[in-house]
Amino acid sequence: MILYILCLTLFCVGLYGILRKRNIIKIIVGLIIADYAVNLFFVLVGYRWEGRSPIYASDADILNMVDPLPQAVVLTSIVIGLATTALLVALAMRIYGKYGTFDITKIRELRG
Amino acid sequence: MIPQNPIVPFFVIIPLAGAFVTAFIGKRFKRLPDLLGFVSTLGCLLLSVAAVWLVRRGGVLVYSVGAWKPPVGIAMVLDGLTAFMLVTVNLVACLVVVFSVDYMKRFTSKWKFYTLFLLMLAGMNGVVATGDLFNLFVFLEIASVASYALVAFGTEKEELEAAFKYAVMGTVASLFVLLGIVFLYSYTSTLNMADMAVVLAAKGPSDIVLLVSVLFLMGFGLKAALVPFHAWLPDAHPSAPAPISAMLSGVLIKSLGVYALCRIFYNVLGMTPKVAELFLFLGALSMVIGVFLAIGQWDLKRLLAYHSISQIGYVVLGLGLATPLGVLGGLFHLFNHSVFKSLLFLNSGSLEHATGTRDLQKMGGLMEKMPVTGATNLVASMSIAGIPPFNGFWSKLLIIIAAVQAGRMGYAFWAVLASLLTLASFTKVMKYAFFGTARKAWEGVTEAPFFMRCAMVLLALICMAGGVLLVPGVREAFLSRAAADVMEGLHYGVSVFRCVG
Repeated sequence: MILYILCLTLFCVGLYGILRKRNIIKIIVGLIIADYAVNLFFVLVGYRWEGRSPIYASDADILNMVDPLPQAVVLTSIVIGLATTALLVALAMRIYGKYGTFDITKIRELRG
Repeated sequence: MIPQNPIVPFFVIIPLAGAFVTAFIGKRFKRLPDLLGFVSTLGCLLLSVAAVWLVRRGGVLVYSVGAWKPPVGIAMVLDGLTAFMLVTVNLVACLVVVFSVDYMKRFTSKWKFYTLFLLMLAGMNGVVATGDLFNLFVFLEIASVASYALVAFGTEKEELEAAFKYAVMGTVASLFVLLGIVFLYSYTSTLNMADMAVVLAAKGPSDIVLLVSVLFLMGFGLKAALVPFHAWLPDAHPSAPAPISAMLSGVLIKSLGVYALCRIFYNVLGMTPKVAELFLFLGALSMVIGVFLAIGQWDLKRLLAYHSISQIGYVVLGLGLATPLGVLGGLFHLFNHSVFKSLLFLNSGSLEHATGTRDLQKMGGLMEKMPVTGATNLVASMSIAGIPPFNGFWSKLLIIIAAVQAGRMGYAFWAVLASLLTLASFTKVMKYAFFGTARKAWEGVTEAPFFMRCAMVLLALICMAGGVLLVPGVREAFLSRAAADVMEGLHYGVSVFRCVG
């Protein structure tokens, strides 16, 4: 149970970073943290206590194995997170080049 | 044993291969990116028309990727709703490519534009065609990441800011969607949408499903720009180049947002009266607030973007009525909106191409100088405002009739009111941009080049002929089939498994 609560806390830390920080880089870090919390949660869902990897060998007797699907799926999800983060960082660099600041309260060309 | 029909994966393969080839050799040959973009979108369009015919003849087509049968492997499912969405997406994409041939000359590195464009198209087709929930998330992210990059394509101050805002909001939306998928997986132990429908139908209602509903409503609602989650749209859509605005407003928010909402809530989770009520409320809210915000805008593209929010409200309202006629009207409005809204955005691109401004107060008297743009814009404005012979009228009429039939007089009233306000704001666009006295500054203005005119005229013709889709005979093949697939609800799972080849 404590693991799930810690995972939720991690997610909330990420959301706090996205919503409350004014620095673009810190917002991106917040997004990464929230992303990791969701991935961690997915792996936790597939985990079994005392479980082992589901690899069948002739001499091994598997009684309790972890669910391998979330691990495969999370791998994909991590790669997607990487692509998004790379794009966000590239945008942040171009924004710094144009505005000379990372502070979102000073980057206000658009209304609303 | 039904033999595998290999048509389904080609909706993803063609644009993906097009993007790959464009990225590799598009830089060396000047005309090649245009040609590749056109050929791959046209191929997808023809295939999707063939798909409508196949679905009408043979029912649901299921393709098992890598020959692993669902529920174990990933399945791609082509039913009436999917075929309908594929036609909508690829039709708009094809005409937008025709428009871009001339329009994108203003930008350097056209090949990058086409690479991202085709990648976005592959993502959208994938979202629509997939039958696996996690696969849907992957395609959703492909389309979204490509669209973030496309919004920033001009790399000016405003575009970067809008793209950053859009990217952050979009990523948060995707996180909620992923979280919803995790909960659903832990509850049903499957990721296949058809299997999930079967399992959930057997298990009955529960609190987990309610939590997942809220997460999906937030995630896909953000992608569809329903009102409490709409803040990114009026910045992101106008900042992109005009063809991309047309794609984003025309089909991206629909395939990623409305289609996903519709598929998941009707066919996977099962529509409950509570969720339907929420759909109605959010739809009506978007419809009215969107149009009120639109009417005061002077930036043409921003005005159009607010109207997208309002028109999406109509679609969601129709879907939320949960009656066959309401769903039919909602889907018909979805198709119509993607046609006339992309036409309006292409017109705004044509105006910007000619005059270099998007400010309505600086325009005026352009009807004489740009007759084709003016005439097509008039057609699109009348369509969106719901003037009789044009397509927008028929779908709005259906939605309002369905609302009255369902006993929702209040919602019918709001729909009529929003329609009147839409008419008012497009009267303003026509008056300030095209009629009135011609300004000195616009004496040298010329009509848009050939390909741009071509795309606009074709879209205007579809707007005028849109009502034909309701004629008995045509309606059964295209619209009724899609609406029937939505209305079959949780039976979706059974009918997919029956068709596994």
